[in-house]
Amino acid sequence: MTALLEVSGLVKSYSGVHAVKGVSFAVQAGQILALIGPNGAGKSTCFNMLNGQIEPDAGSIRIAGEEIVGLPPRAVWRRGVGRTFQITATFSSMTVRENVQVALLSYHSRLWSMLGYAGASHRDEADRLLDLVGMTQQADRPCGELAYGDLKRLELAVALANQPKLLLMDEPTAGMAPKERVELMRLTAGIARAKDIGVLFTEHDMDVVFEHADEVMVLNRGELIARGTPQEVRRDPHVQAIYLGEGLLYDAKHREEAVS
Amino acid sequence: MIVATQTATKGANVELLLVQALSGLASAASLFLVASGLSIIFGVTRIVNFAHGAFYMLGAYMAYTLTSRFAGPLGFWGGLVVASLIVAALGALMEMVLLRRIYQAPELFQLLATFGVTLMVQDLVVLIWGPDDLMGPRAPGFTGAFELFGRRIPSYDALLIVLGPLVLGLLWLLFHRTRWGVLVRAATQDRDMVACLGVNQKWLFTSVFALGVFLAALGGALQIPRTTVTHAMDLSIIVEVFVVVVIGGLGSVTGAFFAAVLVSELNALGILVLPKISLIAVFLVMAVVLVVRPFGLLGKPERAPRAAAGLSFRPWKPMTQIERIGVALIVAMAALLPLFAGDYTLSVGSEILVFVLFASSLHFMMTVGGLASFGHAAYFGLGAYGAAFAVKFLGAPMGVALLIGPLFGMLGAIVSGWFCVRLTGVYFAMLTLAFAQIIWSVTFQWVEVTGGDNGLLGIWPARWASSPQGFFWLTLGIAVVGVALLRMLVFSPFGFGLRAARDSTLRADAIGINRKSVQWAAFVVSGTFAGLAGALFAFLKGSVFPDSLAIPISVDGLVMVLLGGIETVSGAVVGAIVYKALAIWLMSQTDLSKLILGAIIVLLVVASPKGIVGFIEHIRHRRPRTPTGADVPDSLGINMKAAE
Amino acid sequence: MKLEVAGLNSFYGRAHILFDVALEVGKGEVVALLGRNGAGKSTTFRSVVGLVSGRSGQVKFEGEDISRLPSYEIVRRGLGYVPEDRRIFTDLTVEENFEVGRQKPREGVAAWSQDRIYTLFPNLGEMRKRLGGEMSGGEQQMLSIGRTLMGNPSLVLLDEPSEGLAPKIVEQMADAILAMKREGLSIVISEQNLHFAKLICDRAYIIEKGRMRFSGTIAELEAHPEVRDAYLAV
Repeated sequence: MTALLEVSGLVKSYSGVHAVKGVSFAVQAGQILALIGPNGAGKSTCFNMLNGQIEPDAGSIRIAGEEIVGLPPRAVWRRGVGRTFQITATFSSMTVRENVQVALLSYHSRLWSMLGYAGASHRDEADRLLDLVGMTQQADRPCGELAYGDLKRLELAVALANQPKLLLMDEPTAGMAPKERVELMRLTAGIARAKDIGVLFTEHDMDVVFEHADEVMVLNRGELIARGTPQEVRRDPHVQAIYLGEGLLYDAKHREEAVS
Repeated sequence: MIVATQTATKGANVELLLVQALSGLASAASLFLVASGLSIIFGVTRIVNFAHGAFYMLGAYMAYTLTSRFAGPLGFWGGLVVASLIVAALGALMEMVLLRRIYQAPELFQLLATFGVTLMVQDLVVLIWGPDDLMGPRAPGFTGAFELFGRRIPSYDALLIVLGPLVLGLLWLLFHRTRWGVLVRAATQDRDMVACLGVNQKWLFTSVFALGVFLAALGGALQIPRTTVTHAMDLSIIVEVFVVVVIGGLGSVTGAFFAAVLVSELNALGILVLPKISLIAVFLVMAVVLVVRPFGLLGKPERAPRAAAGLSFRPWKPMTQIERIGVALIVAMAALLPLFAGDYTLSVGSEILVFVLFASSLHFMMTVGGLASFGHAAYFGLGAYGAAFAVKFLGAPMGVALLIGPLFGMLGAIVSGWFCVRLTGVYFAMLTLAFAQIIWSVTFQWVEVTGGDNGLLGIWPARWASSPQGFFWLTLGIAVVGVALLRMLVFSPFGFGLRAARDSTLRADAIGINRKSVQWAAFVVSGTFAGLAGALFAFLKGSVFPDSLAIPISVDGLVMVLLGGIETVSGAVVGAIVYKALAIWLMSQTDLSKLILGAIIVLLVVASPKGIVGFIEHIRHRRPRTPTGADVPDSLGINMKAAE
Repeated sequence: MKLEVAGLNSFYGRAHILFDVALEVGKGEVVALLGRNGAGKSTTFRSVVGLVSGRSGQVKFEGEDISRLPSYEIVRRGLGYVPEDRRIFTDLTVEENFEVGRQKPREGVAAWSQDRIYTLFPNLGEMRKRLGGEMSGGEQQMLSIGRTLMGNPSLVLLDEPSEGLAPKIVEQMADAILAMKREGLSIVISEQNLHFAKLICDRAYIIEKGRMRFSGTIAELEAHPEVRDAYLAV
């Protein structure tokens, strides 16, 4: 069976410095996979290559068997890849619903239409997506006024507008309160399982990683050094030495208390 | 360099080219001084100082006065330096009194404010030194010439050739070997952070501004032994300086040096090699450089792009029923005007309406598309010439000419827009300016077709519209339909996509929107409507001149949009009416119209950066806000980024 | 008291951000300001160093009212500020970055030199001529702290020093902060990560929606898990 996302031999260097050297992995439909590693390990570069923002020097990226290297982000999106950003990117002069409507207009290839009132188009579909992420109450608010956690949820709704097969999420829970974190990740996981979407996310919060990921990959100096279940990766002495440290800074037990 | 052309015999030989190249190098010195000053100021303050040309001119006038008064080598060289110091002090004064108040405003406003100052200086210079060209003394010790390949080269040129690299070296030492220089380079990157490290950035800014203005004034002062001092030298240098800093890369002094040499050599040699296109050669080179290297030869990508023009934080809504009725009433009242107004009032009214349409077209591109054009007159002028050609060469009736005009605007926008949308921000603005200058130069030089400076005469409207009343109704009808169409576009799916691309290129690209394509389309739409306005303008005046696509028209458009308010859907309508009426009235009342207009622009920028309509909406929508706690969106305003 | 903040209110435009914030820091103390993203931690710091124009209330540094002073004057009195996103001068070398931060030595504070900072952050000493933009996130964070130390502050506000850093680097950062404490510096750290705060801080404040919700020792905070769970990203 072909994997949903198949990456092989990905290489990228900037002015002679190798940022990513030969990364290969696969993501299956419905799987939630975390990518972790020290700063400067190449996580962002990897991510940006996956959605076409950066073109790799070598290697192949296949979405459901189709090669996407060389395509711009908008074309990758058309092949069913949704994305959220580490620093939220939304259309701040428009309302929450309008943000989703733009994505829907684009998905339905209606963006070049110069007639009609766009605020009336795909309204129900937009509201359904907003309902899915729990943003119905805020639909008419200017997006520039939203709190940080709500912006993250809006981003998720926008990313789901093209009915993606694969979701790329860059530090999805950074800066959220514990309950919000759990809610957002459970929401994401629920949607992913229900719609058979593959999810790949980066994260510095090990509590989020260890609780929500099916599998964890560790990137160091541009190379994948480990892949396994959260338990396996957590116990890996090599990963502890280069990244996790002495474990003073995370503790999954606290989270369980917070949730219960 | 003009002299050199006259001695040119059949086919320029190598010696002549070499001598001409040396003359070009000498011209490069002054250009580099002025451009490096502009670049340094932009680097630290992020202000594109339009008044830089005015300071260059003031340097020349001041040096003229001082050197004529104090003779001898000390009088001359001392005069140049003292003149530059006086002008630098004036520049510092402008920074402290005016610019300090508007550092937080969008960069367009700062440009507008410095443009206002430029207007004022133009009138003041004529008031103080008179309208005639002045001839300064020659440099003591450098009055002679030396021979090279049997041709005479002024020794003053040789001095300038040495001076350019010398100043470049001194500036490099200043920026890399002194604490002040390190602080300036740090502030260029992050001025707030510098303040957080205990540096008084106010004085840092003022000193940088003074240095930049000093360089401009010195560049002007050094010109007096070579050319006459005139009150038009500010605008002629500023466009060239813009080109130099954009080719070199904004903020890069070394880049400015190489670009100054390149531009001066193109000017000097272009006149020998390609006399036909000498005026546009420089702009062609700039267009090519910017397409290949969008941030100039040695420039760097703008790190933190400022909020795009037109970014509103209150989402736009279509008009309510009541607002529609209100607008309909106002239009109806305007339509009744010909029943009781005189011919003069009606022709003024028609002119205002033409500019309402023109300003609205620019407004669409600037606020909805986030594309601030500095050369929008190009499409206005193309429309005017298109209509004139239709009448002159095809004998077309007015109706057809009014279609061919916008077609010209559209074609012009298709070509230049394709290049321009590759760039963003200040670089975009500069490239639009370059294209406008190219089109202006072609119109000016292609005398066989365009009539050159004499223009094309006898472009009269059809009989039914030939009366002031008839023409007013025609203009009103077209302007109302045009503005309404543009407004509909704002709320169409296309308008949504355009606003999305403006708000966040990153997000737009991630949901399948091609920023360049939608912005190109907006550019073309805008150019087409500007062309329509231009075609109407040709029939209103009965003639077209190259002035209709020159810089002042572009600036007028910008002022109208900013005056109306860039956060609004159609503020330009109000801005155009107020500004045009004011300008026409001032012209009829005083000889110092530029001085007054400049002062008004400066005051407006300081008092109301939201524009007239923006200000009214601000009042209308003022509501007691429920305290939301600390959840600040990161886009509430400038410099909000670090506010959590 | 080194720093006394009382009744601090801050505004961005018409939006009211901070409500009567109070904060006290004693000499040589390390205090945590905890709260989730957008709670008002950075705004509190920015208000104290004079970067927020719309503010009212009292800010006293070493007994002197500094609430009306411009930022550079505040910093020159010995109140150092390390902003959250590091804000390194990427076009300047490590040495030049330090030069920008350099201030005259201050009475009662051991003057910092580049060499002393290289002892605190040894890996910076190996890259003195490197441009700020060519350094990793952790190195930039160290450069940013060192740059502020060059101003010889007696109190430092550290805005989210652990943000976006690998757990291992964060542990190194904790050691460096404890070393600064041993030098007699007073330190305020804004944090979301309670684990990190526990390693280095004596006392903690919790801010939420612009209001102070808790003030006490770390042990007291431990004793009230409901406070922690309500306001913090544990």
